[in-house]
Amino acid sequence: MVEQIDSSPVRQPRVGLFVTCLVDLFRPNVGFAALKLLQRAGFDVVIPSQQTCCGQPAYNNGDARDAREIAKQVIDVFAGYDYTVVPSGSCAGMIKEHYPRLFDADAEYYEKATTLSSRCFELTEFLDGIGDGAALPEMPSCSYTYHDSCSGLRELGIKQQPRALLARVSGLSMLEMQDSNVCCGFGGTFCVKYPDISGRMVTDKVEAICATGADMVLGGDLGCLMNIAGRLKRIDSTVSVYHVAEVLAGKTDIPPIGGNSS
Amino acid sequence: MSDSARNAVLDSVRKALGRDCELDASIETALDGRLNDSGPHVLPVFDEPPLERFVDKLETVHATTVRVAGVADIAAAIDSYIGAHRLPTNIVVARSALLDNIDWPAAFHVEHRGATVDDVVSVTEALAGIAETGTLVCGSSESHPTSLNFLPENHVVVISESRLYKHMEEVWQELRRLPGGLPRAVNLITGPSKTADVEQTIQYGAHGPRRLHVIIIEQH
Amino acid sequence: MQSVAHEFKAHARRALQDTTLQHALARAKGGFIDQRRTAIEALPEFDELRACAKQIKNHTLAHLDYYLERYEAQVKADGGQVHWARGPEEARRIVIDICRAAGARRITKGKSMVGEEIAINPALEAAGFEAIETDLGEYIIQLAKEPPSHIIAPAVHKTRGEITELFYAHHRSHGINERVSDVASIVNEARSVLREAFVTADVGITGANFLVAQTGSSILVTNEGNGDLTCSLPRVHIVTASIEKVVPTLEDLAVFLRLLGRSATGQEMSSYTSIFTGPKRNADLDGPAEYHVVLLDHGRSAMLGNEFREMLRCIRCGACLNHCPVYGSIGGHSYGWVYSGPMGAVLTPLMVGLREAADLPNACTLNGRCQEVCPMGIPLPTMLRRLRMREFEQNLTGARSRWLLSIWAFLAKRPRLYQTLLRPFVRLLAIGSRGTRRSLPLARGWTQSRDFPTPQGRTFQSLYRARQRKQ
Repeated sequence: MVEQIDSSPVRQPRVGLFVTCLVDLFRPNVGFAALKLLQRAGFDVVIPSQQTCCGQPAYNNGDARDAREIAKQVIDVFAGYDYTVVPSGSCAGMIKEHYPRLFDADAEYYEKATTLSSRCFELTEFLDGIGDGAALPEMPSCSYTYHDSCSGLRELGIKQQPRALLARVSGLSMLEMQDSNVCCGFGGTFCVKYPDISGRMVTDKVEAICATGADMVLGGDLGCLMNIAGRLKRIDSTVSVYHVAEVLAGKTDIPPIGGNSS
Repeated sequence: MSDSARNAVLDSVRKALGRDCELDASIETALDGRLNDSGPHVLPVFDEPPLERFVDKLETVHATTVRVAGVADIAAAIDSYIGAHRLPTNIVVARSALLDNIDWPAAFHVEHRGATVDDVVSVTEALAGIAETGTLVCGSSESHPTSLNFLPENHVVVISESRLYKHMEEVWQELRRLPGGLPRAVNLITGPSKTADVEQTIQYGAHGPRRLHVIIIEQH
Repeated sequence: MQSVAHEFKAHARRALQDTTLQHALARAKGGFIDQRRTAIEALPEFDELRACAKQIKNHTLAHLDYYLERYEAQVKADGGQVHWARGPEEARRIVIDICRAAGARRITKGKSMVGEEIAINPALEAAGFEAIETDLGEYIIQLAKEPPSHIIAPAVHKTRGEITELFYAHHRSHGINERVSDVASIVNEARSVLREAFVTADVGITGANFLVAQTGSSILVTNEGNGDLTCSLPRVHIVTASIEKVVPTLEDLAVFLRLLGRSATGQEMSSYTSIFTGPKRNADLDGPAEYHVVLLDHGRSAMLGNEFREMLRCIRCGACLNHCPVYGSIGGHSYGWVYSGPMGAVLTPLMVGLREAADLPNACTLNGRCQEVCPMGIPLPTMLRRLRMREFEQNLTGARSRWLLSIWAFLAKRPRLYQTLLRPFVRLLAIGSRGTRRSLPLARGWTQSRDFPTPQGRTFQSLYRARQRKQ
């Protein structure tokens, strides 16, 4: 968990925000939401301009060399911060769990990767962990259901943190879906390599979402959310899709992911 | 079949383990020690008295049980079981000090032999019972052919409460103390035969007994 | 069986369209998962047992030669015979030679994944023997001439209606001329047909869930009792088992037994767990006069020495299949060989070749549910990633995906170029869309079943830098 923040007035702890490539390219609003949440919690937030991708596409497709080079870049760019925070369980999992494994044979970077790993947090885990009691925004009364992204859930143990944070947003009510812990079928490049299987999995996921009758589905990983939103749109569902950070930061003034608006 | 296959497999295993020779003598001694004097690892804890647990667990797995006070009551218990299920009174029975002492009703035709496909009821005595899981332990021998446990549709097992153990690890110790060592077949029986191979629907009596009836002789 | 794993994609597509199969899969899925959960919640020591089992297996594997030799010596001391086979061909020859020497005609079989691995049934039939599977699931798929689609529920893909027709077609030779369609009647009919086989077989062949080095025993875990009838009634009992099945002692075995049933079917103990040690004793009234064990390597010793050693901890419980959303969508046959689901996606490439089974390690979202439920703590996603790395090294990764990935990696390593090039690309994608696009030339796979959510318009970096400049 996040250690107690030093309360001396000397300087605010510095957070390096890794927005992730999907947020950068598809949904900047999530990045701004994360920024707002971290600033509100009292952190000095820096968003390094040299960031791109965490290297998962290479790593999960067997290209260890490129994965290693990209990891080195991330490690170097984020070396100077007290914390590195990522609004994605899967990218945070990559940095925390997998970066050290990439450097079995490189003592220098193994050390650096381990250091970064110990300072890196997924956004909701970080916010929940610091115990920031600040009031969260109000929402017009609506219901939501939550999809637990696989990497966040199983590599980082993220399950109750987003729910605990969302419980503090007044106006929101939670409707758990069946099998919230089952993969939505995104899986990075899996969804384009095996579109039939992926299509089947997201169909099942979206059925579970619709069965709750919730107005919104939230999650912590943009990849899963785009997958789910695309399927919801295809079946003309009115369920809207937002990243958990957008709701927590009160930044739902733009159309939801995939444009569906209930 | 040859030694060459054996040696090739073992050599390949040794190579994989990074050794090109036999084990170091000191390691071998340590491994021998582990093999010859093994204790239990993790024993699940439960609070119920072993007999209660044993009966509960057996009933959970679809066996039926009855408790009797002594050997003299076994015949009546079997008679009532046979009557309730309208089963034939010619039965095939294992031998044991206990079973040999049963005073069978006159209407019963009792044979001591292995079972055939025509036998409907068998009666055996268990070597032991395991309270943790409601398991009966039967060992094959000249007095207790394995076929009795599997061919007839009704398997009646008699067990004394004194033969109940909490965990299977205690039973292993008992088995090691048997005069001939481990019997050819030790059957741990936890309920009647069943299958879920047709649409995951449980059906009893797949190939073995449809019913497992356990008679427990209580200790006083 | 001959692998058809290279046809994975086509088989998966067909499976997804097979409504009968989809019904069967949907029915099976929930039951296994719920039963397992209930059983594990009732055992507070489950995680402790899991850690203990992992440690025992690691210890055993680290001294596998020792334990195999002790096991062999003990089997011999009890009057049994041990045969070693490097691969399926050798194993088949050993089994056939034993059957010939025994003058066998009819052979009953208990369910054995090693038996499937060495494709023993067709070999026995080609050699003139009659081989009859006796586990109900295996019997059904033998009649259907299909491989198992699940390691513990081989006929899980078959519906009752299909079984009714199979029995009707095959049981006329047994004088049965009516269709039976309810579960009880189907099971009873199989029972009566197979009874004759049990008592007339000359040889019984089973697998083994475990081998115990201390006592030279083979352990068989079943619910039907068919395995016990197969072992105890014929004159000869042959056990086909692979080398990693050995555990040191009965006390070690106890740890695995507490995990196996719970992980597989949610049972604390299956109906029958039998410990077989050698042939019949002199005065015994039944039991085989000959007891043979065929120990198969088939790539396992190689796994012991490489980064796949942990896979040898697998106890074949099937929990990873039951919890895999990919397996749950396409069923076991799509995997194209004996083993399916996550454990099959690791084992098949290692046993039939990476080129043949190149799809299997990739057809996975790395969601990690398999590892979460594995009683032996096998890091299955890590194993699959390692296979992907081997594929990449051996140039087995598809050209298109390799090319796209290398472009992506090239850009990811050059942040300025990345931002310069992707900024207009993202804008282009956003133009004229209303939240999503229904089709996209480069992402047809994506858009076949879902729309493509389009970008907001500008990248985060460009918006953020613009905002900073303003301040």
